[in-house]
Amino acid sequence: MTGGRRAIRVTVNGTVCERLVEPRLLLSDFIRHEAGLTGTHVGCEHGVCGACTILLDGVPARSCLAFAVQADGAAIETVESLADGDTLHPLQEAFHAEHGLQCGYCTPGILMTLKAFLAANPAPSDADIRRALAGNLCRCTGYAQIVAAARRAAAALRGEAR
Amino acid sequence: MSTRLVGEPVPRREDHRLLTGRARFIDDIDLPGTVHAAVLRSPHAKARFTRVDAKASLALPGVHAVLTHADLGRANAPMPLLNEDPGFVHPRTHRALAPGQVRFVGEAVALVVAENRYLCEDALDLISVDYAPETPAVELAAAAEPSAPLVHDDTDSNIACRTANRNGDIERAFAEADIVLREELRPERGAAQPMETRGVVAHYDASLDHLTIWDTTQAPAAARGFIAEKLGMAEAALTVIAPDVGGGFGVKVMLLYPEEVLVPFAARLLRRPVKWIEDRREHFIGSNHERLMIHRIEVAAAKDGRLLGLKDSFLYDSGAYCPYGPINAQCCQGILPGPYRIAAVHTEYTAVYTNTPAVSPYRGAGQPHGAFVMETAMNHVARALGLDAAEVRRRNLVRPEDCPWDSGRTFQNDSRVIHRDSDYPAQLATLLTVLDYEGVKRHQPAEREQGIFRGVGIGFYVEGTGIAPYEGVAVRVEPTGRVHVAAGYPAQGQGHHTTLAQVVAEELGVALAAVTVESGRTDRFAWGVGTFASRAAVVGGNAALGAARKVREKALALASEALEAAPEDLTFAGGAVHVKGAPDLAISLADLARAADPILALAPGAEPGLRAADYHGPREGTFASGVHGAIVVVDTGTGMVTIEKYAVVHDCGRMINPAIVEGQVLGGTAQGIGGAFYEKLVFNEDGQPLTTTFMDYLIPTAMEIPPIAIHHMESRSSLNPLGVKGVGEGGAIPAAAAFAGAVEDALAPFGATVRAVPLDPPTVLAMLEEGGG
Repeated sequence: MTGGRRAIRVTVNGTVCERLVEPRLLLSDFIRHEAGLTGTHVGCEHGVCGACTILLDGVPARSCLAFAVQADGAAIETVESLADGDTLHPLQEAFHAEHGLQCGYCTPGILMTLKAFLAANPAPSDADIRRALAGNLCRCTGYAQIVAAARRAAAALRGEAR
Repeated sequence: MSTRLVGEPVPRREDHRLLTGRARFIDDIDLPGTVHAAVLRSPHAKARFTRVDAKASLALPGVHAVLTHADLGRANAPMPLLNEDPGFVHPRTHRALAPGQVRFVGEAVALVVAENRYLCEDALDLISVDYAPETPAVELAAAAEPSAPLVHDDTDSNIACRTANRNGDIERAFAEADIVLREELRPERGAAQPMETRGVVAHYDASLDHLTIWDTTQAPAAARGFIAEKLGMAEAALTVIAPDVGGGFGVKVMLLYPEEVLVPFAARLLRRPVKWIEDRREHFIGSNHERLMIHRIEVAAAKDGRLLGLKDSFLYDSGAYCPYGPINAQCCQGILPGPYRIAAVHTEYTAVYTNTPAVSPYRGAGQPHGAFVMETAMNHVARALGLDAAEVRRRNLVRPEDCPWDSGRTFQNDSRVIHRDSDYPAQLATLLTVLDYEGVKRHQPAEREQGIFRGVGIGFYVEGTGIAPYEGVAVRVEPTGRVHVAAGYPAQGQGHHTTLAQVVAEELGVALAAVTVESGRTDRFAWGVGTFASRAAVVGGNAALGAARKVREKALALASEALEAAPEDLTFAGGAVHVKGAPDLAISLADLARAADPILALAPGAEPGLRAADYHGPREGTFASGVHGAIVVVDTGTGMVTIEKYAVVHDCGRMINPAIVEGQVLGGTAQGIGGAFYEKLVFNEDGQPLTTTFMDYLIPTAMEIPPIAIHHMESRSSLNPLGVKGVGEGGAIPAAAAFAGAVEDALAPFGATVRAVPLDPPTVLAMLEEGGG
């Protein structure tokens, strides 16, 4: 029932992580419990809530919908990659400034979704931001302050002071 | 001078850990040697069984234990009844593991403990139970009938509780009425669904006979007492810690959920740390639900629109057990008249057992139901009399000059609903201006000619907040000069650490950064009840203020001696006490703390330390209020409703942190909109839940929640020193009422009538059909 273990090699936030894993191990569980990075959260395990969103080779992906073995050879970025030491990423700064989080459980997935989104869309409208966030559920905020944070982060990433 | 901190939108101190992935949620707690647990849940809504065969599971390598009811002994005694109700007929509470009979799909039958969660789930598949299914009682109205299958065989009906609350002369009201309306209104079943599910981690230290329990509970201090009793241990031998918790909204306070007994029990038995993390499907079936009621109301009104009397006989779906008492029904009847002067109100609620998960409070706790009923009744009175819905409301509102005005109703915790410190007519006037209510109404006839069905709806609410019994907070100035604040009640995202720091820092004249706050840990502060009913800011905030003031008094006495100055000549600023007008004549709080904890001698009768605890125990609830307005456009072909404009006018008294208040209002309103349009838990006739994923149970996304305009009115509460009222639930309470009113107004040309929420597109189309549209 446990199947044969497979050796995989995944680059997580720039660090190579080599493990023997069961083929059925979810990528989210690999990140959290094998790589020890618990900033990536699991909200539904059926690919709807988006809390577990990471960047898989630069593209946002639900880590609860992939097996760790499918990430063999890939590079993953998680929320832990955003800040530079104690210096927050502009996205994180913006969420802090705009009260864009409450319980913070969905936040890492939202930050990773927005990181990729803002890289491709440096000057989005509010409607664009809402569409980009449609795959990330938040139960606390009602989204308005998240949208404001994304708007602020976009401006900061464009180099515009506020 | 002290810097003003209360009232400022200071960014939260909680954020840094959460934003960088360094927070510690329940599943992030990783103790060496941890084994994992999973719960075997009933697949039947009603069944008996005699045997749980776990041999094949136990044979799996890595499986440590399979516990059933027989293994638990006294730990499996019925859970406490949390809320006595005078109308209880058959109080019944659940047990940790079902002893031979299951009463809902999802009820816990066994606990598996294994090396990891994957193995646990393998083991669950190998357990065989000889269920003999029986016919369940599922639908609320049918379950209330005498002929219904019994949820509990030792009763003669499914009626858990029936309670009447009466004020005023109802016969006279109906005799004097110009019109009497009769309605049946049904807010459907929903659930809180925080983004983090529940979880428990327990570690037993055998050498100390001490259990440490990390629990997503909203009430760690209360949970500790109940868990200790179940396990036959001293309370002092237990530490309960609510870590970072990913949203609560009511569902995370149960006292106790089965796993809060099972996981510590297993940790003590196996001498290994045990972790159980609920998955989302389990959360849909193994955690409590909310909302479903069927209200049958009669409204007596005069022809000028004044309401003379209101009768409401309603059924309350309790689910399979009633451990929380019919608390949502109690809250619902208490605030039913909302902000309106109604001379006579008679209610009777009947809590009914059904073979579905138990029901306990979810954000609003029966108050969204009450607002939906009252506001829909207002709309229907206006329609019947040919009057404007806003004008009918205005004619019925309690006015500031009437206050304090005793509604005659009693809310949760025996709190009289007394209106004060609010201006409902001003709230309404502001809302109508923000919405351009007159403009919407003026354009409606022409728009309808063009096939555009736009409507406007209003939802008033009065929100019971800051209820009894009490919370406590301890404040201590350390010899380091840092200030330590400890509260018993935990946070689930509300930013308590920031707001508590604001209150204490301002009172003591220290920088925010000098204040450390801890909460929700019984090893730091073990007194208090919990975080629910919009009570943390009111009850905990005022306890913090009280404790800080006591510390301030102690510091003043010490400083007065040290500086040889009268206390009234001293002031607090910059972490020191100094003589007014002479900043150089000062002594730091650190020095005062050292003086208060002497090395050589303590004065007789003195207590060491520059510290104090205080407790705030309100006699009555602090009632917040407000009014929501929605403008919607309905597509009569598809039943889709688009919210064009949504506005909130609210009064939560003085705001400690306006950004956090807005977050509460926006988030609550979004949940209310979910219940108004999207969210409904569905069961088939066998009691099988059909909505157990986020693909079936639709939580609104950023695409569905419109921009929401908020207008604050800050009428300070006269009931507490901070002047605050609670704000946690206000957003959620009137949203369904406002939304439903707007849809009904939009569809007025079709004679469509609201009877239930959520008003999903099929329901809207059915309304059109029924109205003859």
